[in-house]
Amino acid sequence: MLPAHLHEINAARDARRAMVVVSDLDTGETRLLRAEELSDPVSASAVESALRTGKAGLAGIGGRSVFINVHQPPPRIVAIGAGHIAQALAGMAAIAGFDMVIIDPRGSMISPATFGTAALFAEQPEDVFQRRPLDAFTALAAVAHDPSIDDLPLTKALAAQCFYVGALGGKKSHAKRIERLAGLGVDDAAIARIHGPIGLDIRAANPAEIAVSILADIILSLRTRNVSATAI
Amino acid sequence: MPDTDPLTFAAEWHADGRDVAIATVIETWSSAPRPAGSHLVIDAQGNFQGSVSGGCIEEALVAEASDVIASGKARIAEFAVTDDTAQNAGLFCGGRIRVLIEKLR
Repeated sequence: MLPAHLHEINAARDARRAMVVVSDLDTGETRLLRAEELSDPVSASAVESALRTGKAGLAGIGGRSVFINVHQPPPRIVAIGAGHIAQALAGMAAIAGFDMVIIDPRGSMISPATFGTAALFAEQPEDVFQRRPLDAFTALAAVAHDPSIDDLPLTKALAAQCFYVGALGGKKSHAKRIERLAGLGVDDAAIARIHGPIGLDIRAANPAEIAVSILADIILSLRTRNVSATAI
Repeated sequence: MPDTDPLTFAAEWHADGRDVAIATVIETWSSAPRPAGSHLVIDAQGNFQGSVSGGCIEEALVAEASDVIASGKARIAEFAVTDDTAQNAGLFCGGRIRVLIEKLR
């Protein structure tokens, strides 16, 4: 591998962009593929399949034996609202290998000691997004339980093609949320991507169990998502 | 979260002027503990970072990497992670893996 390629792979990871590396097993030559090169008809289907599944593997491209490796940025969970659910989620997310960010403009909610390794921001979510943009490798969990805090991050997450967008609240409050978001100009297809009520239905009965249901739902979305060429 | 990606170490070592080999799992059979795409990076002194087998065959790989660094020629090596090896390393892996070893240059 060339040092220049290695630097490009590392830079992509730092910038939270996906990178595909195709190694020719006979010549040892390495080729890096980014979004624009996915239109190359010879390699596109094998590369897109690797991107979609996140799985590396051997393939034949143009009569050559190659190994396709997929470098994806670490999945990240952004929780809006620093309550008990986010607190439980922070511990579990770290164990499951997710980077975790918690944002709550109500500064009084945030006590760093209770959130483990998660990055905490007592600011408006949109200010944090300017420095740390949402992306296709991010899951957004709106759990502030306050529309004035949760709604805007939901619209931003949908626009940024976050692989998971979920909002806390029962069916009734979700119906109201749908009305509000439609009023903000969010289209129906985007609104339909919101997991509301958030989490898998495991009859969760307390904040820790809700956190389990959210994390399980996020993992399900991560492992079954459609990664399009625009994500890289 | 600190960046513990083996490829970050490879870049740092290379910048320090050290000779570096990158090993990549390209194929696995049976219950190999680390999936295809996993990296181990090795320098000429035998220092390594990352994991391709969870500890079973890393030592054998370091020897292969030393040859690759000396010759500059990439090679593909196959390792059987026997149950005995696995248990000696305190693991329950088993299976076989094929690894591409190339020099960074």
